[in-house]
Amino acid sequence: MSTLTRTRGSSVPPGIPTSPRRRRRPRHLSTRDRVVAALLLAVPLVLSLAFVWFPALSTVLLSFTRWNGVGGLHTEPCDPALPPVLNNGCVNGVQNYHQAATNYPEFWPAVQHNLIWLAVFVVIATPLGMLFAVVIDRGISGSRMYQSILFLPVMLSLALIGIIWEFVYSQNYGVINTVIGRAGDSNAIDWLGDPDLNLWAVLLEATWRQAGYVMVLYLAGLKAVDPTLREAARVDGANPWQTFWQVVFPAMKPINIVVMVITVIESLRAFDLVYITNKGINGLELLSVLVTSNIVGETQRVGFGSALGVVLLLISLVPICLFLRQTFRREETQ
Amino acid sequence: MAAGALLSACGDGSEADSPKKSSGPVAGSTVAFGSNYSDPATKEAFAALAASASASTKAKVKINTVDHNSFQQNITSYLQGTPDDLFTWFAGYRMQYFAAQRLAEPIDDVWEKIGGNFGPVAKELSTGLDGHQYLVPLYNYPWVVFYRKSLFKKNGYTVPTTWDAYLALCRRMKADGLVPIAFGDKDGWPALGTFDILNMRLNGHDYHAKLMKHEIPWTDRGVHTVFQHWAEMMPYTQSGANGRTWQDAAKTLESKKAGMMFQGTNQVAAQFVSDKVDLDDLDFFPFPAVDPKWGQRYMDAPTDGFMLSKKAKNPTAAKAVLEYIGTGEAEAEYLKSDQWDVGLAKGLKVPSYNAIQKKSVAEIAKCEAVGQFMDRDADPAMATAMISLIQKFIGDPRARTIASLQKSAESQAKAIYTG
Repeated sequence: MSTLTRTRGSSVPPGIPTSPRRRRRPRHLSTRDRVVAALLLAVPLVLSLAFVWFPALSTVLLSFTRWNGVGGLHTEPCDPALPPVLNNGCVNGVQNYHQAATNYPEFWPAVQHNLIWLAVFVVIATPLGMLFAVVIDRGISGSRMYQSILFLPVMLSLALIGIIWEFVYSQNYGVINTVIGRAGDSNAIDWLGDPDLNLWAVLLEATWRQAGYVMVLYLAGLKAVDPTLREAARVDGANPWQTFWQVVFPAMKPINIVVMVITVIESLRAFDLVYITNKGINGLELLSVLVTSNIVGETQRVGFGSALGVVLLLISLVPICLFLRQTFRREETQ
Repeated sequence: MAAGALLSACGDGSEADSPKKSSGPVAGSTVAFGSNYSDPATKEAFAALAASASASTKAKVKINTVDHNSFQQNITSYLQGTPDDLFTWFAGYRMQYFAAQRLAEPIDDVWEKIGGNFGPVAKELSTGLDGHQYLVPLYNYPWVVFYRKSLFKKNGYTVPTTWDAYLALCRRMKADGLVPIAFGDKDGWPALGTFDILNMRLNGHDYHAKLMKHEIPWTDRGVHTVFQHWAEMMPYTQSGANGRTWQDAAKTLESKKAGMMFQGTNQVAAQFVSDKVDLDDLDFFPFPAVDPKWGQRYMDAPTDGFMLSKKAKNPTAAKAVLEYIGTGEAEAEYLKSDQWDVGLAKGLKVPSYNAIQKKSVAEIAKCEAVGQFMDRDADPAMATAMISLIQKFIGDPRARTIASLQKSAESQAKAIYTG
């Protein structure tokens, strides 16, 4: 109903013949209006320049240098003959990128793990969250309780989740190894230390939380779906499966887009869990961790870390561009 | 009161410099002290040290404690910003690195006064690459093989002094249903200690120091030998080390499920104390000799101490505090409640030393040179690279992995040290 009235309302003004006068009116802004408008534009602009564009561009520039964070930068090229302490703040060209791709053993595993993380979130966590939401929305008995239980991990910080799961996975004292009777030392399963296992173990922790998060979003979406649509579908003889996929799901398009964006963001910024687990080494490398371990630390490889940051930025740009293109195209067609 | 008596005694020994101490802006001024002694026990010990330094110099000492991990991670920006006058730090390349960046102030004048309190090794550990002193050491602790006396007695084990005896003991322990060597490397760094000791046992301390500074390539034959010996040890080492914290490994030693554990007293003995396990039953021996050429002459004994910031606001008083800290009395004050570290000053009298600490002093004194642990002796970026390479080795300790690990280590070292 509301959409109907809105479209009718917005279609009215062009039909009114006196519109030219109305259109001209906003041009006569008082000085005060202009100041307010300028301020409203300038403040976010300055903030975004200072906190988004300046750091982003600086990172790109720093990625072409070799710098340990001490003293200033200069424009001279690096001299490979000098010891590193003297060879500081110099221009290193694309060396950092070259090193990352060829000589840094953690780089390609990190890229791969980021992609696996994204895939698991898209293929497992999100559908799981949607399933929870649909089941709870159907009002099974005790749905309030399930809702709370599934939502609980969302309220915990990821750092805390990492610690909670340590008790589950720990080799000598963990729940799993104790239950399957392998808590000894020789045959215990090394959930968090085996590089073939630990990524999946941590992804289970991440999914445990992400599914709850997605569930909440979908619950909100499902509540917003006009119940008359379902009724109409039922009258037309659709079964619940058809009703969901052909009527309810398309009606939730805005929520679907939000969930997709959140899924991509959450998987690219994944950091806390692996850092808590083992500082993101030995099978848990992620780009965000590599950026941090190079830039934050005792001896900083700021240039190298920045190059890794730029790679992460480029990867993040792909879904962002797709999303923006999608959004703008929709607005144009409207 | 006791501290006061000790202090006057100390003053007598170095009467010549007392005029400088009492005159000028020292008395009544404030010295800010950035501290990473954030664990409750060390924090308390450090507060006692600061209080007695304050009593001795008449300068107020204000401690700013920061969680030790954050302290280490932020050290570069901290020292470039508005650092405290003095700060806690580590000896070795780690100290030299920050000195070379001109983030620390040389304290040769302090060393002129306290030099007599320390041996040549301690002085060398406090000296930067430019030959000036930058650190006043407080304590160190050895990396050795721990065991429980009662378990050794019950099973009739004897302390091995050679590689063959060590492996034979491992085999016996395994047959007896024990984990011969408790091991946890989830944090990555504990395994670096095993690399250090095997390298010093097989190639000597000089070689180790050169390797850490990348004056010897990581592809060298000597490094290969280290990993080969390590691979020989692996069947007796607690499996799944990459997923276990050293604390959990120490617990298997505590519960007598494991026979031995190679780690620092600062960790194992401290863990026994905090777990309230019988510390008197804990004992250690230096890692067995592997190559008779080097015997048991070297070990890792990381040293912690204090440095003066380049940007110190009150350097005169800060130096007075450092002079006080560089005395046996100050170390004794610190070590009153510490049951694992040992002081470095000569003729240090600590009534509270337990058997572990007494033995630590004796064993460190026997060494011709002490390493500072890989992440203190090498560029930390290189130590980080080695952490992940060594974890790969622990996960797959086969001969063919060794060569590729060495190759990767060398190419990363080239990027880190020269680039």
